[in-house]
Amino acid sequence: MKPSLALLRKDLLLERRAPEAVPAMLLFSITTFVLFHYGLARDEVSGQLAAGVLIVTLLFAAILGINRLFVSEQEEGGFDGVLLAPIDRTALFVAKASALFVFLALVEVVAVAAFAILLLGPSPWPALPGLILVLALLNLALAVVGTLVSALAIRTRARDLIVPIIALPLLVPALIAAARLAAPLLAVGGAGALPTKWLAVLALYDLVFGLLAYAVFDFLLED
Amino acid sequence: MYGKGLRALSLATFAALTATFALVFFYAPLDADQGFIQKIFYVHVPVAIVTLCAYVLGGILAAVHLKTRDRRWDLRAYVVIHIALIFNIIGLLTGAIWAKASWGHWWVWDEPTLVSFLIVFLLFATYQPLRFSIEDPERQARYASVFAVMAGAFVPLNFAAVRAATATVHPRTFGTTEGGLPSQMAWVFVAAIVAIALLFALMCCYEIAAKQTRWQLRALRRRLLGSEAVAPLGRSAAPSLGPDPTGARGPAASLPRNPAEAAS
Repeated sequence: MKPSLALLRKDLLLERRAPEAVPAMLLFSITTFVLFHYGLARDEVSGQLAAGVLIVTLLFAAILGINRLFVSEQEEGGFDGVLLAPIDRTALFVAKASALFVFLALVEVVAVAAFAILLLGPSPWPALPGLILVLALLNLALAVVGTLVSALAIRTRARDLIVPIIALPLLVPALIAAARLAAPLLAVGGAGALPTKWLAVLALYDLVFGLLAYAVFDFLLED
Repeated sequence: MYGKGLRALSLATFAALTATFALVFFYAPLDADQGFIQKIFYVHVPVAIVTLCAYVLGGILAAVHLKTRDRRWDLRAYVVIHIALIFNIIGLLTGAIWAKASWGHWWVWDEPTLVSFLIVFLLFATYQPLRFSIEDPERQARYASVFAVMAGAFVPLNFAAVRAATATVHPRTFGTTEGGLPSQMAWVFVAAIVAIALLFALMCCYEIAAKQTRWQLRALRRRLLGSEAVAPLGRSAAPSLGPDPTGARGPAASLPRNPAEAAS
């Protein structure tokens, strides 16, 4: 646990001293809301449409962060450092997934507020507790799958092309579940109850891919 | 040498396919609602089942590769996924034709099989670009196996999620095999699954035999004509092994195992 915390601290410190991924993801999200406003020709969205706009935007924003996740390791020899240190290699996976989770949470604090101001019709306050739960589960899915795909793509020739084309189809079940969960929360006339079925699907997705990614991550760090 | 048993397998596949098509057209009763077009069911559904099983199998083979470090398992996983992609396209096309004939649209979002098929296709279609963008053959095999393990686990999960998300228009094959489907249709359907599975196995065996023969031929040419006569291997998405990765037998046993090693 200690090496993971040290690596996580390093990533957060890097992002604080030279903010790179978080501001880019944030600007991208807000720009996408503006694009949706004109693309859909609507001043306000609610229900399933609002859920779709919000979740898809966050998904695409996450791709930016996933692309950048291992760049400093690759360029500055961080991989060698981890391999040379007497620590478990999965410490890097845990640290990077946690870092991505934190970045996404930071982005969402501002992006969801911007979404509520710019596009959302109904009041966001009653939906907030449910939305926090849904976004936390979604972030977990994005962090786990994103870290693995990022590590997979970092040493390929076409890194920026490989990340989205692998990550987006892999995340389709998470998107389906998150969008179905968020729809009743953002519906007109107050937040509805969370559908348990979709909560179970999203939690199962997090569990299966979390364990799998943890198991196979070692093989990406062997050279 | 390579391709042992290919002839027997080819004959068995040919016989099974011929028998299945004969059964489909002359034995299975016409569907009361859909009429003749329902016969595409005997191609579409077996192809779909074989494809999904093959993707999971590809994931298992890749896991064996990661565990044993034997690159022949990577070759098997590659071939299984490659042929499954072709079957996947056939499944999408036959599904679209059936949807057009019975519901009047080429694409129906209410049909979980078709939709999850498209998602799975989009995911596995990235397998070859991923391989192609990694030059080192050993790393290519390892990374591709990691991908295949994740994607193999993704198939059933995705299927469940998409099925849960859609209204049920699609005929439930498994549910109705005992109940609604007449026993004549059920038997023909089982025969069709066996025939399509045999076809899949046959195509995999042919591709593996073809690859091994090509490597053997390269090795022999290099030995007879010298290394200048054999053009170096370019970048490829396909796994590259020596003619015999165990190095134990065959006329090329004394040669370098890996063409890339020989080139460097």
